[in-house]
Amino acid sequence: MKAAPFVYHAPDTLAAVLDLMARLDNARPLAGGQSLMPMMNFRVATPDHLIDLGRVAGLAGIEVVGDRLRVGAMTTQRMLEKSALVREACPLLAEAIDHVGHQQTRNRGTLGGSLCHLDPGAELPVAAMALGAELIVVSARGTRVLAFADFPMGYLTTALEADEILTRVDLPIAGPREGWAFIEFNRRPADFAIVSVAVRLSLDDDGQVENISITVGGVRPTPLKLAEVEGLLTGQMPDAAIIARAAAVIAGLDCEGDDLYPPDYRRDLCETLTRRALTRAVERAKGRGHG
Amino acid sequence: MADTRHVAFTVNGRPVEATVETRVHLADFLRHELLLTGTHVGCEHGVCGACTVLVDGASTRACLMLAVQADGRHVETIESVAAADGAAHPIQAALSRHHGLQCGYCTPGVVMTLVELDRERAGRALTEAEIRAALSGNLCRCTGYQGMVDAALELFGASADQSSV
Repeated sequence: MKAAPFVYHAPDTLAAVLDLMARLDNARPLAGGQSLMPMMNFRVATPDHLIDLGRVAGLAGIEVVGDRLRVGAMTTQRMLEKSALVREACPLLAEAIDHVGHQQTRNRGTLGGSLCHLDPGAELPVAAMALGAELIVVSARGTRVLAFADFPMGYLTTALEADEILTRVDLPIAGPREGWAFIEFNRRPADFAIVSVAVRLSLDDDGQVENISITVGGVRPTPLKLAEVEGLLTGQMPDAAIIARAAAVIAGLDCEGDDLYPPDYRRDLCETLTRRALTRAVERAKGRGHG
Repeated sequence: MADTRHVAFTVNGRPVEATVETRVHLADFLRHELLLTGTHVGCEHGVCGACTVLVDGASTRACLMLAVQADGRHVETIESVAAADGAAHPIQAALSRHHGLQCGYCTPGVVMTLVELDRERAGRALTEAEIRAALSGNLCRCTGYQGMVDAALELFGASADQSSV
């Protein structure tokens, strides 16, 4: 239960981080440490070099630029939780954050760390997928912008190259007729989700669904966008009948599971939670439109 | 050869300087090097909360933070909570009154969580739900939590005197 030996690096500039990432083999960046440190204590992760991002200025912060909420990758989950700006500009992220860990882990756990760790039970990757987050990824070779949809590659695996780090997450700002919901089921509050659902939608002048994004977590190794359900609802009046039809589509969803929570159980949860999340998001969209 | 670093930080207001092996986590450093054994180590993977300390005022799993990461920071442990003459802190006294502890293994972490909660509420009355949410990060296998919640409600609830303890 003690981490294997490694060489510790605490660079204080991004350039120094990128230089180390480019030069060193089997190096891991350390963000808040709430996932990587347990894995190292278990010796599931045995990096030869640990590059602590905690001393680098400029990687944490929340600001609105144009129609985007820009969140530095090292922004802690507690900063997001307490941010009035996040609650106003990106209420789906705020609702997801309220399910993430405990205050003692949110104090150190970061947005970027959670997205890059990509635990199947984690809330933030599901929210990021539903929001269509854009990821700013840098290395000594340059900068690239990745859609979050192109980021998950598999279980605990992302599209980051060995020399790259995530520096910023850009999120859309909620519009006036936008509704949202993040709902999950677990056995104890603050546990990882068994299944979670994130919905973001907007209604047009007639009250029909204009845009909709639905992502579920816990049914596949990575967050799953429910494109078929999105297509079914787009352009429709979001009443109970169409939401029931959407839920029926999920009844045919191919889910993965484990001994504790098998596929059928997760599929049932997915169906129920999606119905509830859609209902809540529609109510909110109507409330904001009339407010 | 082991990777080491020289670190300087404060623990309970006192300056500490040491050369630490970089893989040693803060809880082990506090216990083994500083002999501050009030911080307990339970699960060592961030789940149980027994090792909770405050780092720059924020509750932190000391098993998930390397001692070297504390360089330049201010760490507070359970040893800082009682008065210099040994008199129990109001949080400790309330936990005792309400039977909020039995074996005591989780208690140092519980107290540090409640110290943070008291500072953050800044005189605002807390609901039972808020208190339970904060304590959800500290596992206790003895008490069933009711005594802890009652103690915190007595100090921070709507009927309490709203000055910070």
